[in-house]
Amino acid sequence: MSFPWAQHYTPKAPLMQWIDQRLPLPRLVYNAVGAGYPVPRNLNYFWNFGVLSGLALMIQIVTGIIMAMHYGANELVAFSSIEHTMRDVNGGWLMRYAHANGASFFFIVVYLHIFRGLYFSSYKAPREMVWLLGLVIFLLMMATAFMGYVLPWGQMSYWGAKVITGLFGAIPLVGEPIQTWLLGGFAPGNAALNRFFSLHYLLPFVIAGVIILHIWALHIPGSSNPTGVEVKGPQDTVPFHPYYTAKDGFGAGVFLILFAILLYFAPNFLGHPDNYIEANPLSTPAHIVPEWYFWPFYAILRAFTFDFFFIPAKLLGVLAMFASILLLFFLPWLDTSPVRSGNYRPVFKKFFWILVADVLVLGYCGGAPAAEPFVMISQVAAAYYFAHFLIILPLIAMFEKPLPLPGSITEAVLAKHGEHGAAVVPAE
Amino acid sequence: MATLEETGTSDAGASGEEGVRRRDFINIAAVSFAGVGGVVAVLPLINQMNPSADVLAMATTEVDLSGIQPGQAIKTTFRSQPLFVRQLTPKEIAEADKVDPSTLRDPQSLEERTVDGKKQWLITMGVCTHLGCVPLGAGEGENRGEFGGYFCPCHGSSYDTAARIRKGPAPKNLEVPAYKFTSDTAILVG
Repeated sequence: MSFPWAQHYTPKAPLMQWIDQRLPLPRLVYNAVGAGYPVPRNLNYFWNFGVLSGLALMIQIVTGIIMAMHYGANELVAFSSIEHTMRDVNGGWLMRYAHANGASFFFIVVYLHIFRGLYFSSYKAPREMVWLLGLVIFLLMMATAFMGYVLPWGQMSYWGAKVITGLFGAIPLVGEPIQTWLLGGFAPGNAALNRFFSLHYLLPFVIAGVIILHIWALHIPGSSNPTGVEVKGPQDTVPFHPYYTAKDGFGAGVFLILFAILLYFAPNFLGHPDNYIEANPLSTPAHIVPEWYFWPFYAILRAFTFDFFFIPAKLLGVLAMFASILLLFFLPWLDTSPVRSGNYRPVFKKFFWILVADVLVLGYCGGAPAAEPFVMISQVAAAYYFAHFLIILPLIAMFEKPLPLPGSITEAVLAKHGEHGAAVVPAE
Repeated sequence: MATLEETGTSDAGASGEEGVRRRDFINIAAVSFAGVGGVVAVLPLINQMNPSADVLAMATTEVDLSGIQPGQAIKTTFRSQPLFVRQLTPKEIAEADKVDPSTLRDPQSLEERTVDGKKQWLITMGVCTHLGCVPLGAGEGENRGEFGGYFCPCHGSSYDTAARIRKGPAPKNLEVPAYKFTSDTAILVG
């Protein structure tokens, strides 16, 4: 599970020896996130976002458990119980704003984590399983966030639930029975609210479980690094603790400062005013939008305004939206270039940034009203999104001439820090 | 494994000519039995998510039509979703009949969407067939779109005076629920 030169856990205190012989839990922690886990010495700050995602999940679980203490999962009281939390519960406003904005910060760090993986090709062998499990976590996060947004039972909650469960109604033949089954009624109501609450409480713990698998799978080959060159010897690594606990700790400080700024000074900046109106099944808000983190996918959903042969536009949009995420499961086998890091792939690097811009454009269109020119722009951007993964990446892998790779991580690090050539120790 | 195989072979010899070993049979039978039992046990776990009896009990709606004048519409609920009940004016009927149904996205004539002899009563769900928003047009002074029926503000679907889709992303006409006239001025929906 680790490199042969990893430090061994040797507890000195008699109590710790006693525990270690009976339940080697401290040993597990030491080997996973302590001095017993050697990590490439050249990780940059983009490698902070895994730990930051874990921190965001912890914030969500703690604030969420507190929210559940004051929440009533019933369509008659759900909306007022949130207002009660905001106005009457001691510090309730803080818990609720922390939970709502915490979700946004969770997605911010996870998106950065995913794009880090895309740029440095962290999905490539032997880390495919890490990538696949990460996508499972992402899907679970989206389901959790969607159901959580329904719970305040405001207008956006209600109509969001209606539109998203309506997606299943687009499936031929079985669609409507599935939609009715999911909602426990013909429209969102008490049954839907209750089951969403139940699942919203459950799924974060499922996410925590899959995160353990994600880290387990990561620790088999060890972390990737900005050069993409594998670790060749002890000189290429440093122990996780104290080196990366310190670096991650600094990142966590920056993360918490930014979180606090949003939380205390603009807690409704990312929210939607319509959700402060109680759900009304007889009146649709003029402009239904999901939360910002779903906008790119919402834009792909709405990009299909035309029927294609016998497939109706509505079903096409739904298929494309799901495909845009499922496609990523095949990424390790679509990008066949043997070079991992984008730093050594001049052509790939350019297209990576085009993809980033493309997703930002999709995001902007997803939040905009469904009118021209946004429909046309999202059609082009959605087409490009699929082309990037299905056509451009495989072609780059075939024709690109990568830059020469450094001989080892140590060589790359020392080359960067001047003429200390004498210190270079060849890998064994 | 080898020893198991040998035991199995001697078993087969004892059980007869078919070549099905007694141990295999018991194994498959036991696992199948447990598998079927497992599926049966899961069914109620899935079925509990279907609409409950109280939700289904509200699955019919009675509507009194006596107060609705020609050109007026009311918005009520059927299965906790909006229901539009409209009495068409002769002009609106004429406009709907003027269109050749075969040119429409979801070809239906006004006759097919109303009850025989009660062509002026247009009863539809108030649920846009695109993504389920409530179209405008049932209330006084609301935007009825460029075809004079209903207009969905979410993604701009326009329905004509027979509530048929004419423009925009919606794939189908507004759904006509199953209903019957219980008297000249009352209907039972569902």
